[in-house]
Amino acid sequence: MNSETRQAIWNVSVSPHIRRGVSVERIMWTVSASLMPPLILSVFIFGIQTLLITFVSVASCVAAEAVSQKLLHRPVTIRDGSAVVTGLLLAYIVPPGVPFWMPILGAVMSIYVAKHLLGGIGFNIFNPALIGRAFLVATFPVAMTSAWLIPIRDLSIFKYVGSGVDAVSTATPLYVLKHYGMAGLTERFGSTLKMYGDFFLGWQPGSIGETSALFLILGGLYLLYKGYITWHVPVSIIVTAGFLTWVFGGERYFTGDPILSVISGGLILGAIYMATDYVTSPTQPSAKLIFGAGIGVLTVLIRLKGGYPEGICYAILLMNPLAPALETWFRPKRFAPPKGAMK
Amino acid sequence: MNRELLTFPKGGIHPPEHKEISEHLQIERMPIPAEVDILLQQHFGAPCSPLVKKKDIVNEGDVIGTVSAGLGASVHASVTGTVKNIGTSPHPTSVKAPSITILTDTQAQPRTYGPADWKAMPRDEMLSRIKEAGIVGIGGAGFPTHVKLAPPPAAKVDTLLLNGAECEPYLTTDHRLMLESPGDVVGGASIILRILGINECKIGIEANKPAAIDAMEKAVKEASSNGQRISVVPLKVKYPQGSEKQLIQSLTGRKVPGFGLPFDVSVIVQNVGTAKAVYDAVCLAKPLYEKVVTISGKGISRPANLLVRIGTRLKDIVEYLGGTKNGLAKVVMGGPMMGFAIPTLDVPVMKTTSGVLFLTEDEIDLSPHGHCIRCGWCLDACPMGLSPNEIGVYVEAGRAEDTSQFGLFECFECGCCAFVCPARRPLVQFIRLAKMKAKK
Repeated sequence: MNSETRQAIWNVSVSPHIRRGVSVERIMWTVSASLMPPLILSVFIFGIQTLLITFVSVASCVAAEAVSQKLLHRPVTIRDGSAVVTGLLLAYIVPPGVPFWMPILGAVMSIYVAKHLLGGIGFNIFNPALIGRAFLVATFPVAMTSAWLIPIRDLSIFKYVGSGVDAVSTATPLYVLKHYGMAGLTERFGSTLKMYGDFFLGWQPGSIGETSALFLILGGLYLLYKGYITWHVPVSIIVTAGFLTWVFGGERYFTGDPILSVISGGLILGAIYMATDYVTSPTQPSAKLIFGAGIGVLTVLIRLKGGYPEGICYAILLMNPLAPALETWFRPKRFAPPKGAMK
Repeated sequence: MNRELLTFPKGGIHPPEHKEISEHLQIERMPIPAEVDILLQQHFGAPCSPLVKKKDIVNEGDVIGTVSAGLGASVHASVTGTVKNIGTSPHPTSVKAPSITILTDTQAQPRTYGPADWKAMPRDEMLSRIKEAGIVGIGGAGFPTHVKLAPPPAAKVDTLLLNGAECEPYLTTDHRLMLESPGDVVGGASIILRILGINECKIGIEANKPAAIDAMEKAVKEASSNGQRISVVPLKVKYPQGSEKQLIQSLTGRKVPGFGLPFDVSVIVQNVGTAKAVYDAVCLAKPLYEKVVTISGKGISRPANLLVRIGTRLKDIVEYLGGTKNGLAKVVMGGPMMGFAIPTLDVPVMKTTSGVLFLTEDEIDLSPHGHCIRCGWCLDACPMGLSPNEIGVYVEAGRAEDTSQFGLFECFECGCCAFVCPARRPLVQFIRLAKMKAKK
C-alpha cells in the first residue's frame, strides 16, 4: 500500500452514508415550538404566573435530567430537548393557581423516577409528564384539584399574582358537569353555544395548557404536516370519548354532549401531545387505533363512574404499559416472507 | 409526462438526489493509467485463478484469469502491457484480495472491434460469447450473466426486465449510458430476449431521467422488432426503486418470495449497463474490461462520468480530475445508500463499480447515535416490512440470534431504516452483525 495515500483519515462507517436530517433533537424542539401558542394564550386567560410555573417546570426538568444522568453515570443529553418537552407538558397539566415551586417536585418524579430509573429515553414505560402529575395529585390533592382560576376577560394579566389559591379558586366545567349536571353547567358558563365558543378558544377553568382546543389542534396539525405524529391515536381517542359520552354521558342514553366532553378538560392535549409519545405508544396504525380507543373508553369510564371529574391522565397511564404488547401483536406486513417462516 | 408512474407500494424513501452534479456531463474516456490492478474476484462465486505469470506480455482484452469449476466469470487484461505482479490489492469490502498488476505499454495501439451480425447467431454461440467476455451483473452483486441467462428449464421465464431505475442518489452512470448509447442497450435487450426465447421486455427508468426515457423510447422505435415487444416504463422516483424485488413488483405486480429468485415469478432482471455489455460481447466480441463510473460529491475537484479501464486505481482517477477538495470526510464506492466506505485510494475499479463518491462533512452526518425512541419511522420506511428497530435493540442487548423472527434474512440492506432514523442508529450495521451471528 502506498504510504502517501494513507495519511488521509476518512470515516469508514457502514452504509447508508447520508441521513434524512430529522433528528430526535429536531423533533423535540419542533414539538416544543408547537406548544408555544397555548402557553402565550394562557397568560391572557389565567395571568402572567403561568409563564413562571412553566419556566420553573422546564428548568427543573432539564436540571433533573442532567443530575439524573450524572448520578447514573450516563452521558448527559439535555440538548436533545426531550426534557424540555416533558417540562412544558408537566406545566400544562397543573392548575394555574398552584404555587410556583410545585412543578419542581413533579419534575424530579417525571425525569428521575419515571424516565431515568427505567433506563432513560426510549425505555420509559409511562409518559413521564403524566407520572409527574399523578404524583402531584397524590401528594398535593387540594392544590391539584382546586387551584383553578376564573378566566380573565379584561387583559388584567397580573390579577392573580400573589393572591392565595383559596381566595380565587373555582371549579372546572367537568367538575360542575359531574356534580351539578348540564343545568349547573349552563347556569355557570352560559348557553351551550357560548360555552362551545369560549371553551374551544380556551376561556374555561382548567390546567395551564389544556384549555385551548383551537391552539392545541393547530399545533397537532402542524406536527401531522411535519410527519412527526399520525392521526390514528388522537382521532381514535376523540371519537371514542365523544361517542361514549354521547351514549352514556347524559341523564338518559344518547343525550350526552360529545362536543363539550371533547373541548373541556385535558382530552385534546392528552390525545395530541401525550398519547402520541413514541416510546409509550405502539407504532402500527391498527395498534394505534386500539390504543386510542382504550384511552377513550377509560377516560369516559373515569369521568362518568370514577371519583375524579377528569380521566385522561390515568387513562393514558393505564394504556401505556399495554403498548409493548400491542407492538408485539401488531407487526408490519412483510413483503413476501418465505414459506414456513416465523411470523 | 402524463402517464401514471408505476411504483412499489410498501415503504421507500425520497433522499435528495444530487444527480445535478454529474447528470449533464458527457461520458468522458479517461487516459489509460500507467498501471492497473485486475482483481481476480469481481463476481458472485469462486475467485479466478491467474492464467499468466509475472513478466508475461498481455494484450488488451486477453483472458488473464478464469474460474475452472463452479460459478464465476473470467477477468481480462484491460490494457496492453507486462504483468508486473501477481499479488494482492486493496478491495472495497474484503480489505485485501488477490489481483494481477499490469504495467501499461504506452506505445500499444488500442484494440478495435468490428460488428458481427448477431441476428444469425445461434443461441449457444451468443451465450458462450457472453461467458468469454466475463460479463457479470454490473448493477450490483456481480452475478455471472451467462449463468443467469440459462435458467433451469422448470423456470418458465416470460419477461425480461431491464433496470434503468438508478435510484441511488448521485449516480448518473446508467442515465448517461441510456442517453448516449440507447441503441446498444436496446440491442443488448434484443439479444437477451433471443437467448431466453421470449419476446417481452420492459425497461424501467425513474421519471427523474426524462431525457434518458426519450432516448430509450426512440431507440426502441428504431430497432427492428422481429416480434419482440420492448417497452420503456417510467417509474416513480422512490428509493429503492432499482432493488430487484421492488422493481419486479413495480413493473409486473409480482412478488418474489423470501429467499426466492426472480425466475420464481417468471422474470429475469438485468441492469441496463449489463445489457450494453451483452451487446458489446455478442455483437463486437468485446470483453468487459472498461466501465462507466460516476465520480461525484462535493469533495472532488471535477465531477465526471468517466469511462475507465477496469483495474484503474482510484488515486489515478482523483489525479486526473484535479484532486480532492478540503473537507473530504468519506470516500464511498457505489451509491450513498448501499455503497462501501473505503479507507484508501489504492482500491481499483471493478466490473461492478458504478460510482465513487467523495463526500464532505456537510454531505454526511457523523454525529453519534442514541437510543431507539420507538418512533416507528424505520417500520414505515422498510420496503420489506421488517422491524429494523427491534433487530437493533436485540443486537445491542446481545440477543442477535433471536432476530430472525423480524425477517432478518429478507433484509437486503437498502438503508432506508437508518436513513430515516432520528436517533441516527446504525441499523444496517446492527443487521449485518445480526446476520453474521445468526448464521453461526
